Amino acid sequence: MRIPIAILALLAPLAAGAVPIGYDGARHLLDRAGFGATDAEIREYAALDRREAVDRLLAGARTEALTPPPAFVHEPFVPVRELRAMAKNDPKAFRGEIVRQGLELRAWWIGEMLATPSPLTERMTLFWHNHFATSQQKVKLAQLMYRQNVLLRREALGNFGALLHGVAKDPAMLIYLDNARSRREAPNENFAREVMELFTLGVGHYGERDVKEAARAFTGFSLDPDTGAYRYRPFFHDPGEKTVLGVSGRLDGDQVIDILLARPETARFVAAKLWREFVSPTPDEAVVERWAAVFRGAHYEVKPLLRAIFLSDAFWDPANRASLVKSPVDLVVGTLRTFDVHPADLRPAAVACAAFGQNLFAPPNVKGWPGGDAWIDTATLLGRKEFVDRVFRGSAFMESLSAPDDGGMRQAGMQAQAAPGPGARLERLMEVGMGSYTFNAARWSRSLGATRDPAELDRLVLAADPADPVPAGLDAAARVRALASDPVYQLK
Amino acid sequence: MDRRDFLRFSALVPFAVGVSGLARAASAWAERRLLVLVELKGGNDGLNTVVPYADPRYAELRPRLAIPRDQVLRISEQAGLHPSLAALHPAWEAGQLAVVQGVGYPDPNLSHFRSIEIWDTASRSNEYLDEGWLARAFERSPCPASYAADGVVVGTGGMGPLAGRSARSIALASPEQFVRNARLARPEPARAGRNAALAHILRVENEVLASAERLHAGRAFATQFPQGPFGYAAGTAAQLAANPAGIAVVRLSLGSFDTHANQQGVHANLLRQLGEGLASLRSALVEIGRWDSTLVATYAEFGRRPRENDSGGTDHGTASAHFVLGGAVRGGLYGAPPALDRLDGNGNPPHAVDFRAYYATVLERWWNIDSRDVLGGRFRPLELVKT
Repeated sequence: MRIPIAILALLAPLAAGAVPIGYDGARHLLDRAGFGATDAEIREYAALDRREAVDRLLAGARTEALTPPPAFVHEPFVPVRELRAMAKNDPKAFRGEIVRQGLELRAWWIGEMLATPSPLTERMTLFWHNHFATSQQKVKLAQLMYRQNVLLRREALGNFGALLHGVAKDPAMLIYLDNARSRREAPNENFAREVMELFTLGVGHYGERDVKEAARAFTGFSLDPDTGAYRYRPFFHDPGEKTVLGVSGRLDGDQVIDILLARPETARFVAAKLWREFVSPTPDEAVVERWAAVFRGAHYEVKPLLRAIFLSDAFWDPANRASLVKSPVDLVVGTLRTFDVHPADLRPAAVACAAFGQNLFAPPNVKGWPGGDAWIDTATLLGRKEFVDRVFRGSAFMESLSAPDDGGMRQAGMQAQAAPGPGARLERLMEVGMGSYTFNAARWSRSLGATRDPAELDRLVLAADPADPVPAGLDAAARVRALASDPVYQLK
Repeated sequence: MDRRDFLRFSALVPFAVGVSGLARAASAWAERRLLVLVELKGGNDGLNTVVPYADPRYAELRPRLAIPRDQVLRISEQAGLHPSLAALHPAWEAGQLAVVQGVGYPDPNLSHFRSIEIWDTASRSNEYLDEGWLARAFERSPCPASYAADGVVVGTGGMGPLAGRSARSIALASPEQFVRNARLARPEPARAGRNAALAHILRVENEVLASAERLHAGRAFATQFPQGPFGYAAGTAAQLAANPAGIAVVRLSLGSFDTHANQQGVHANLLRQLGEGLASLRSALVEIGRWDSTLVATYAEFGRRPRENDSGGTDHGTASAHFVLGGAVRGGLYGAPPALDRLDGNGNPPHAVDFRAYYATVLERWWNIDSRDVLGGRFRPLELVKT
């Protein structure tokens, strides 16, 4: 009896899915599901098969941040009336404080992305931030942006339905899409339109009449000006009969959201977006349809959907490796994580992301960042290369970020209020702060442990073969530098 | 080698004539005057920009937001500019500002993203095109090979009307920084992209290298540019206009004009930035003798709804007013005032000038490019350029 068991044990790993994912597979999974990955993390996952690796990733999901948030989030909310007075009495100081808090918040989130044991949680939090795009540029109050971030993280791998209901009552969103002030006499259509176009159905699956009726239903979803918390205002609400997507009744906002969740387009829309997030720029409709069925079957639980995505052949298809353009956050956070760089101050990292077109907590509009090829134009590509160059070599990186353009320093300081004050302050900050962004080749090489073939480094640094041949005979540090300046380093 | 490369290559060979399109293209090469596009992102409220102060319906629709009659800068018996546009008034007085009212398109889309896509690609409302209208125009009628770039987008935010595989366009924050960093792009033109993303990155690297060697910065102007990002961008536009190697298009942007709530102060501030920025650009280009060969034109995805909402703001609208400025512009009012008595089911006015006629004005009257194929039809240009 021993022999057959031994044979079975030998054969077991050959069964579909039970094969170890190996170094390249682990790198792919961790990089796509998180932000870069260290050699040690990759080796840990390399021995697992697909299912084990994916289950381990999903089991590690968090609902709260690990790192303590900036102190200002715990300060009592200043009632809106007092805020208005402050803004009026000393507009410069008011703006300066908003910019300061906003930058602190961005740096905190980047710190969480670096420190968390579950990068997937932060990737999904960022995915929902992009999906339910809300900008501090309009909301102003960093405290409310933080509260929204807490909600997005709580449901990051939780339930999409709960998240959607929560977002509709989220104070930052209520301000951003103007629902807080929407009244039955003149319903504001902004949220009603975007909840259909961008959060659930997608364009073409609703009509102008649905927008108008839904706007009536959402009246009453408002804010308490003294606490900054959600408050239902019955006097704002239009209690009349409405018809949204063929469903009639004395609908309120929550009922409209349930109508949207009942439509098959919603799961399809989210699943296709996740394909573009995790797999490639070109969704396969048949596969997306299957994922959408999983999503709806699981009552919009996110984990079963992600499980289906990460276990799909499309996710692992070698043809899809290095097919996605790294977002600025992928590039900046991924570089710091992979190469074990621990900056003393993360505000410059936040400013760098903003300069490359991804200002956290301030997406360009409610559609979020366009992403994909749009991350790369001549200006952003040069900025990204300069950042990498700065990390690996040291150069005049801070100098370039201090150019007073609307894509750099000042954008992080909220471009609408750009003025020499915050710009100059940020400039000094960058000069001081970027000093600790340098790659320590000796320490990093030691962290690799066992002596390795330098060519093996290629597979850690790049998601695919380099576009340009790497000169032979370079030591590990020089080889890593060369690889990081290769165009393929911009891809994941 | 595609047609475009062929034309460039042919330009190096003085006697290479014989291709039918070549002679026509060559005439355009002699001079391609500068176009500065200004995108008013988020949808500018045209009604409070060019105010129909004499129309009683205006004040009725806007009990809180209407600009009082005695505050508008009158440009006709019916229309006046928002008071924050005072810096533009001298250009009007000089007969160098064309105010085009009612620019829009049939079957308007009220989504920011779809509507700006329609504007950027010059498509019909129900048609989806990949390429920007300027990229299409330059494909048919290439800019001179000696040009530093077909178009330059100042700042971030996408290539907009210049987006397309064939356009030789770049985005930059400032020319100095661009030239300094171009060393990080590597000149290996033979590399092939293994997938679309890599191909895109390699193409952008090549654009960097091609443009960097022809960009020169550091022209000093006596003109003071206003503080703030738009003033800085206007200064960058002036630098680019002064560049020895040509550039056909500079695109600036300002925003957000998406004023759903508390519009008054925000809108006034944005218009002040717009007016002061454009006035400084005018002054700088007059200084270097470039104003007569520059056309500045604004655009946006839509205007805003005539009836103000309950949040002290305005919702998404349709047709809107736009500005065209330049030393060669025939100043005055074009199009038609907003028909506030003929609002559609969403409460928005009909358009008077198709945005493709607005574009046809640039293509036909400014550059002498046949606009029909570019715009998917024949649109009658506005006669706002001096001949």
